[in-house]
Amino acid sequence: MKDIINCKNLSKTYVLGDEEVHALDDVSITMARGDYAAVMGPSGSGKSTFMNIVGCLDTPDTGDLWIDGEEVSQMSRNELAGVRNKKIGFVFQQFNLLGRTSALDNVALPLLYAGVKRHERRERAHAALERVGLKDRVGHHPTQLSGGQQQRVAIARALVNEPAILLADEPTGALDTHTGEEIMDIFDDLNQSGLTIVLVTHEYLIAAHAHQMIRFLDGKITGVEQLKAEAA
Amino acid sequence: MDVIELLRVAWSSIRVHKMRSFLTILGIMIGVACVITMMTVTAGAQHDIDRQMREMGSNLMMVYAGSWRGRGGVRSAAGANAVLTEDDSDAIKREIPEIVAAAPTMRGYAQVVVGNRNWNSSVYGIDEDFLVVRNWGVNEGRLFEPTELSRGSRVALIGTTTATELFGEGQVLGQTIRVQNVQFTVVGLLASKGMAPGSTSFDQDSVVLIPLKTARTRLLGRQGVAGNAVEGIYISVENEDDMLYVEEEIKKLLHARHRIDPEREAFSVNNMSEWIESRLEQQNTFNSLLSVIAAVSLIVGGIGIMNIMLVSVTERTREIGLRMAVGARNTDIMQQFLVEAIALCIAGGILGILLAILVSTGSSYLAGWPIYFQWWVLMMAVVFSGVIGIFFGFYPARSAANKDPIEALRTE
Repeated sequence: MKDIINCKNLSKTYVLGDEEVHALDDVSITMARGDYAAVMGPSGSGKSTFMNIVGCLDTPDTGDLWIDGEEVSQMSRNELAGVRNKKIGFVFQQFNLLGRTSALDNVALPLLYAGVKRHERRERAHAALERVGLKDRVGHHPTQLSGGQQQRVAIARALVNEPAILLADEPTGALDTHTGEEIMDIFDDLNQSGLTIVLVTHEYLIAAHAHQMIRFLDGKITGVEQLKAEAA
Repeated sequence: MDVIELLRVAWSSIRVHKMRSFLTILGIMIGVACVITMMTVTAGAQHDIDRQMREMGSNLMMVYAGSWRGRGGVRSAAGANAVLTEDDSDAIKREIPEIVAAAPTMRGYAQVVVGNRNWNSSVYGIDEDFLVVRNWGVNEGRLFEPTELSRGSRVALIGTTTATELFGEGQVLGQTIRVQNVQFTVVGLLASKGMAPGSTSFDQDSVVLIPLKTARTRLLGRQGVAGNAVEGIYISVENEDDMLYVEEEIKKLLHARHRIDPEREAFSVNNMSEWIESRLEQQNTFNSLLSVIAAVSLIVGGIGIMNIMLVSVTERTREIGLRMAVGARNTDIMQQFLVEAIALCIAGGILGILLAILVSTGSSYLAGWPIYFQWWVLMMAVVFSGVIGIFFGFYPARSAANKDPIEALRTE
């Protein structure tokens, strides 16, 4: 099976004052299409840096990274923007929806930068909102939506470009337990339909939705556990 | 990203901060208004001058004996003994082909009397060329007959002001007027010319025209001068570009005819350039004031735009990060903020145009200045506003585009 994420010896070092921080220290891991991984670790363990690099928001100092068969570790800023646009869907803890902008326009935003025509943008944004159960909220602004609904709009936005990977950073962190579970159900369904999902969390109950758990400590992967059998 | 989308994003951002956006563009608005008002008033003055020039007579020159030393200057004694004659006028017309017409003229002021009314009026002794040179005609009645000119008949054409003062609304043609106890029959009422160019008091319509011969023999003749002496010669030149050349030719010809050393400048040729200069001088003071206000407003306005765009970029750091995360390239972000700055400036420019229309119309009404709106100036104002937007929006837009998406997303 073709790897969708392939990291080889990724390292990233930050200089904070006089101190060098090894945010990532020789990390290698592969993930196949359809994987569902939870990344866990204390703050400062390197999980955020890992997610940023896999999400093409950042580049490693050394090492190689392939996303869906493309070597991205040496790409320019603009090329990375293109990869993010086409292959990655982001879901953030704080939703990051544009204020005073309808759910539909929020969802259509990635298509704008993909150069999709207005008519098609609207159609695809509609379909994505329908997929997360917000068909009847397309015209609502973020302030008119509950936290769970806002996060579902954000998920629709992450899906609209049909990405290869969905990256979620504490997607339930700003939600109550019940709503969080609803959001996780959506992730489970998306994974069922074949989408590769990587999520960062520090809650075991949330991580338990995933099929494998990757533990980070001091910039290194300290363990990969299989949580349940992967979907066939 | 297409232009319409960029404009939509820019508009939604401007709309959210209506008051702030308006205050931001105030400087641009005032600057543009100043520039346009200035151009409009200048163009109005120029048009007014052109119109008055045409009414004075096309490509008009006046030849006098004695040199003129500028406005209100003293005629030099050197020319005191030179006297222009009708022969000089004929010679000029004959020898200088660029000339359309040359009109020997005598001029004076006289009290004109009708019954118990009287009016102090300019009196010109003229020949048939005078009305051609001055581009003048009659509204009622007729011009002088050739026989009236050659015989020195006592006939007169009168200007509208003189007519109104002497006859009120009554019949003018065929009436008798007395000028220095000589009786004249009014045969024509002249078309109105208004005030002389550059003057608010010299009324060109307060005038009585009589045949040159009549003037010399009965009214304005002086003792001790040649029998065909005239005071000045009005000249109309065919082509405006020949004015300077013709002026020199006339001087050469006259000095030769009178056998006077050209160095003495016994004759002067006057065209209208002097009063045009004085007229434009008034405008220049006004213009330099407006230029300063315009320059200061545009610079301060531009800095205001830059400032508010920097605030906007900072406020929207998270939005920038999010846009980058979903695939916006640097150039997309750059365009977005540049378009917003340009849109603000162009809005300021358009409001400035409206303000300029108000101010110029108002000042035209209050100060009596003529105004003339030129479309290209209005178009240029809009384009220029856009250029200001690009110039002052560039730095904020670039700082937005250069943000690190991770840092930007982390911003609260």
